[in-house]
Amino acid sequence: MLNQDPGSKAAGGNFPPAPVKAPVGINMNSMGEADLFGTEPKISARGVNFYYGQKRALNGITIDFSPRRVTAIIGPSGCGKSTFIRLLNRMNELVPGSRLEGEILLDGLDILSPACDAAELRKRVGMVFQKPNPFPKTVFENIAYGLEVNGVTDKHLIEERVVDSLKKAALWDEIKDRLKDSALGLSGGQQQRLCIARCLAVSPEVILFDEPCASLDPISTAKIEELILTLKKEYTIVIVTHNMQQAARVSDNTAFFLMGDLIEVGRTDKIFKAPRDKRTEDYITGRFG
Amino acid sequence: MNKRKERIIRYLFTALAFASLVFLVGIVFVLFREALPIFGKVSPKAFLLGKSWYPTSSPPEFGILPLILASLWVTLGALVICVPLGVGSALYLHELAGPRQRALLKPVIEILASVPSIVYGFFGMVILAPFLQDTFNLPIGLCALTTSIILGVMATPTVASIAEDALSYVPRSFREASFAVGADRWQTLTKVIIPAAGSGISTGIILGMSRAIGETMTVLMVAGGSAVIPHSIFDPVRPMTAAIAAEMGEAPVGSDHYHALFAIALMLFLITFAFNIAAELISRRFRLKLGLSR
Repeated sequence: MLNQDPGSKAAGGNFPPAPVKAPVGINMNSMGEADLFGTEPKISARGVNFYYGQKRALNGITIDFSPRRVTAIIGPSGCGKSTFIRLLNRMNELVPGSRLEGEILLDGLDILSPACDAAELRKRVGMVFQKPNPFPKTVFENIAYGLEVNGVTDKHLIEERVVDSLKKAALWDEIKDRLKDSALGLSGGQQQRLCIARCLAVSPEVILFDEPCASLDPISTAKIEELILTLKKEYTIVIVTHNMQQAARVSDNTAFFLMGDLIEVGRTDKIFKAPRDKRTEDYITGRFG
Repeated sequence: MNKRKERIIRYLFTALAFASLVFLVGIVFVLFREALPIFGKVSPKAFLLGKSWYPTSSPPEFGILPLILASLWVTLGALVICVPLGVGSALYLHELAGPRQRALLKPVIEILASVPSIVYGFFGMVILAPFLQDTFNLPIGLCALTTSIILGVMATPTVASIAEDALSYVPRSFREASFAVGADRWQTLTKVIIPAAGSGISTGIILGMSRAIGETMTVLMVAGGSAVIPHSIFDPVRPMTAAIAAEMGEAPVGSDHYHALFAIALMLFLITFAFNIAAELISRRFRLKLGLSR
């Protein structure tokens, strides 16, 4: 059981429970009990500070994300969880006057170095946003867009990938007859799954979900959660959520952020049943936030 | 007592609100009433397609084709100027300008819109016309080209500010979505933002056209005034607005000439009306496209 490499069984279903063992190089202060399933982390943040102008939004965040696992980031509004997730695909670069210190590694390579191209990075690290944001184009064009901007011109390949992505996003059966319709005519939940399909089309390795169900009804939310559980067989997933039940339902690991600090990170069941930090416990039991 | 006061106030505001409607109906009514008699003398076809406008000869000829073509000709020329200038400024302001440049440029563009048209006319007459005359070795500097340039500059602020609004209405989330799948800034601009703002930009262009075709004072001063069908951009022309403004003073009230001028005004009204309807339809589609209500 120990040190089994999930990569060797990409198509597999359930992974064995994590060995309780701290791999080398893990920050024990925040991790306490590390949970990396004995593999190299897909993404590592090392001592990340982030500033909006003069305002410091993140204080020395150090955390690892295991491959093919779902890591939930929870915490009250304004705790920096969305800010943090948007660093992982360098989306926050678009904010004028922002500044980042520290190191973020994707497969051991620094994504902040000038050698790393942001567009290339974002192909590997896809993102699904808080509000569904399909383009005002047809369903088909929405998904094909990512391929086109990345230089894919082969019509058949594009078609294949569109169908494939829609199937993976559990949307194909519902809208296979509406590929030429405007994406804005879909329901909110369908739009969000379309955005997931758009993200899948460029074959990312990591998918970042920034509160993907914040604007959805419970049924659509359930569909997205189900989808996330399916996707984790192939992708590394980081999900920011306000909803603690959601974190408990979908994630393997959970990280708790508070006012720009990473308070605690570990296996989800541990975090929810036996949090190490008083503040985590207070938040989880609903004493604040 | 209070109830009565409230009712009076209510009626007062209702009256104010409907005043515009009354004015519009009044204008349309007068236009039709004063214009229609000319069609008893000249058939609408001969009026619209006649190539000679000699309202004071005997017998007079009332063919306004040269005037219509002159208006369209200078408006087309103005478009060639104001579309690249206006849309280009909007794109620059939206995409590239820093906050400082924006703080300078936006008010400047708005001031450009508020310069009285007579000032533009003076500028055209005194500076631009002699310059073009020298440069192109023309017999006369007051011509379609001069008019188009001036009208183009006048219409630029309309196009620029509406296009800029349209660009800024494009939700930021589209931009993020585009970046998130690995698009660069240029791809995002050309494939997502401009198409999403496209109808808004076209609305701006149509309203700019409306502004150009309805402009009178500038045209009167710089167009050259000759009522012949234009064959080149260097021909002096007499657009519809200039004809009305120049001749209304001389036309005896109630004469055929007088009614013919009203008929020209009616045509002009119908053309700008059509432009505005088109702009409204396009911008409605635009709002739907972006998923905005209203």
